[in-house]
Amino acid sequence: MKKLALSDEILLDVDKPARYLGNEINVATKDPKKVEVRFVLCFPDVYEIGMSYLGIQILYDMFNRRDDVYCERVYSPWIDLDAILREKHIPLFALESQDPIKEFDFLGITIQYEMCYTNILQILDLSQIPLLSADRGDNDPIVMGGGPCVYNPEPLADFFDIFYIGEGETVYGHLLDAYKEHKLSGKNRRSFLEKAASIPGLYVPGFYEADYNVDGTLKSFTKTNKFAADKIKRQAVKNLEQVAYPERPLVPFIKVTQDRVVLEIQRGCIRGCRFCQAGMVYRPNRERNIESLKEYAKKMLTATGHEEISLSSLSSSDYTQLEALINFLIEEAKSKHVNISLPSLRIDAFSLKVMSKVQDIRKSSLTFAPEAGSQRLRDVINKGLTEEDILGGVTQAFNGGWNRVKLYFMLGLPGETGEDIEDIACLSNQIAALYYTIPKEKRPGSGRAEIVTSTSFFVPKPFTPFQWVRQNRNEELLGKQRFLNQKIKEQLNRKSIKYNWHDAELTQLEGVMARGDRRVGKVILGAYKSGCIYDSWTEHFKYNLWLAAFEENEINPLFYTDRERSLDELLPWDFIDAGVTKEFLILESKKAKEALATPNCRLRCSGCGCISDKGGICHES
Amino acid sequence: MKVRIRFAKRGIMKFIGHLDLVRYFQKAFRRAEIDVEYSGGFSPHQLMSFAAPLSVGLISEGEYLDIFVNQTMSSNVMLNKINHEMAEGIEILSCKQIIDETKHSNAMSIVTAADYYVSFSNEILSGFNNFITQDSILVMKKSKKSEKQVDIKPMIHQTEVYHDKIYMLLDTGSTSNLKPELVMEAFFDYCHTSRQPEDKEEGSLMIQRLDMYALNSNNEQSGLISLDDLGVEIV
Repeated sequence: MKKLALSDEILLDVDKPARYLGNEINVATKDPKKVEVRFVLCFPDVYEIGMSYLGIQILYDMFNRRDDVYCERVYSPWIDLDAILREKHIPLFALESQDPIKEFDFLGITIQYEMCYTNILQILDLSQIPLLSADRGDNDPIVMGGGPCVYNPEPLADFFDIFYIGEGETVYGHLLDAYKEHKLSGKNRRSFLEKAASIPGLYVPGFYEADYNVDGTLKSFTKTNKFAADKIKRQAVKNLEQVAYPERPLVPFIKVTQDRVVLEIQRGCIRGCRFCQAGMVYRPNRERNIESLKEYAKKMLTATGHEEISLSSLSSSDYTQLEALINFLIEEAKSKHVNISLPSLRIDAFSLKVMSKVQDIRKSSLTFAPEAGSQRLRDVINKGLTEEDILGGVTQAFNGGWNRVKLYFMLGLPGETGEDIEDIACLSNQIAALYYTIPKEKRPGSGRAEIVTSTSFFVPKPFTPFQWVRQNRNEELLGKQRFLNQKIKEQLNRKSIKYNWHDAELTQLEGVMARGDRRVGKVILGAYKSGCIYDSWTEHFKYNLWLAAFEENEINPLFYTDRERSLDELLPWDFIDAGVTKEFLILESKKAKEALATPNCRLRCSGCGCISDKGGICHES
Repeated sequence: MKVRIRFAKRGIMKFIGHLDLVRYFQKAFRRAEIDVEYSGGFSPHQLMSFAAPLSVGLISEGEYLDIFVNQTMSSNVMLNKINHEMAEGIEILSCKQIIDETKHSNAMSIVTAADYYVSFSNEILSGFNNFITQDSILVMKKSKKSEKQVDIKPMIHQTEVYHDKIYMLLDTGSTSNLKPELVMEAFFDYCHTSRQPEDKEEGSLMIQRLDMYALNSNNEQSGLISLDDLGVEIV
């Protein structure tokens, strides 16, 4: 029987003990003594969230295909166990072997959102690994970071030994081989980091120094070690057909957020929405072959026993063979009692037909993400969805039996006016009105349109055309929210519209982390030490402690958010070559100011720079 | 065809709760390609029913679930196929046909008793016989709505004290249900030794369910029959 790191008493005392057992279906079991490298992958949030993330499944599978590596997992212990581990000085452990993380060679943390930064410190702290990279010795694991947030890793620079910039399938092999060689050589930690620094895409923050101007902006960013590169080039897979995909993904015992087979149909997006970081840094758009996808779907359903399959991509409607793929899945599903969960598709005749086949219309709702209320502002952000598309789609949907529509918008977009905001209310009203044009006896659902309008707040992100813009202050955002709420209440069909809004305080912090520099690290450390953890969980978010940490470290958060940067300012993330060139981003930011749209990659190449990556759509026909 | 499956829940699987175990079996049957019948409707689900759920923290050699299958295979083949898909800690012990396909034969509706081994430290066990021979054993039983005093003595069929454990046969099911934890709680109260927090370090109480039983309608003398013995081998 498997031995556990925690006693029965502790496990019976905490909520959902299955989070800490590591006995899931399709788990990798190896003898740790028989491998050369022990790697632990971490998603710094609670198990149910972390287990739903495809990236870990991909890397877990990829690492464990190697006989010389044993890759295990760890997630953030929930608050209850956190307290027990601290009180009893039990070191945090990996799920599979239940061995302490501090005994591993590597701890690789995926960083998916800014509000998990204190959870990263929790992981290090509970693992009894020094929080600062500078304090770690030869016996500590190498702490690595990857994922979308590392396109500006600087706020976390003090805590990581290596950042992996780009897609995980590319250079991990080189790194592991270098590590094996290093282990045999008996040299010190620094010598290994130098080896790592010479692998493309790997950034060792300790080998660089930042200097600041009197006004607080970055003056210079220079390397201090000859093995470090001047520029770190983002690594992207050229052809997804040539990298592995997990055919036997892990199946948890407890219900997790994504309790289904996830099929990644493509990576990257052709759209080029100007607010979207993923749409920029995952370029070029690369599709997977439909025949491989069919095989994966069959194998994964058999190997997991899941009753649902979902497609994953940034914009599924743009997958060229979507219709054929969905038709195949519907056929498969029929005989096997599998549900198909469709990601938000562009609403048109095809998607409505498909949706009526795979879900209960009465229970489902249609989702549109216009992001902005007016056509002008949609052109500013290059969201290629027109009012015609939306109203046309909704009309077909109402006639097809739906009565629920969800609308997603952002407040605080650059160049936004009161009119743009009012247009959110008007568009919601117009959609509701369309429902009532249907004769009473033919109206679907409850006899009332159910429109849910949600707004989130815009946060400018690195490597987007909006990386220079000023983010709205808290009070501005709240004012806009109140204004919109008022405008919705003035609409004729107000009773059919429900308005959902978000918390503004989290947005400010997200903004600081997204575009912060190295000095922000002290604030994260201070906030963590004063008790901040699980910041993305509203019930655990302690904004006052964060504000105190800013004050104590004499850092003004508004310097990072409430400031338009000039195009020639040296940005903290400028040392990264993310594929898209700065020239392209500048051009796009200028077009945004003039509300000029840019066509998608399939219509015309706009010269973003990713063509040099030699893959995907850039090299089709 | 209606099939009764007996399985063991051991080791670390004791931390998996009942609802998660239901989901676990649904997925396991799909992996094992057992052709389980589905209900109708827009969200069809596997036709599956468990006998009495086991509390988190308990292990068992006698758990039951009934399923309906479209295609039959022999007991042996089915057992091997499912066991191939089990996580460490769950083992299928038997798969048998239940001839009566009405719901009157469901494990859930016929279960009436279950027996257990409870292990604890020796010195306290020695007082157990005095405790159990009382005329009545009053405990506070909590329900969703209220708390009321109940005499659990009539719900205890049989007990026996061994040198390192106690055997007990208790009422189980929808008519009358008594959990071994509650018996032990009453016993500790009786001993005036409610478990102290520091005892927790020792790994105190270990409870194992042995089997579940129905009333034996064919043989009135013996009274109880194992749910397993109500099924027949599929050949």
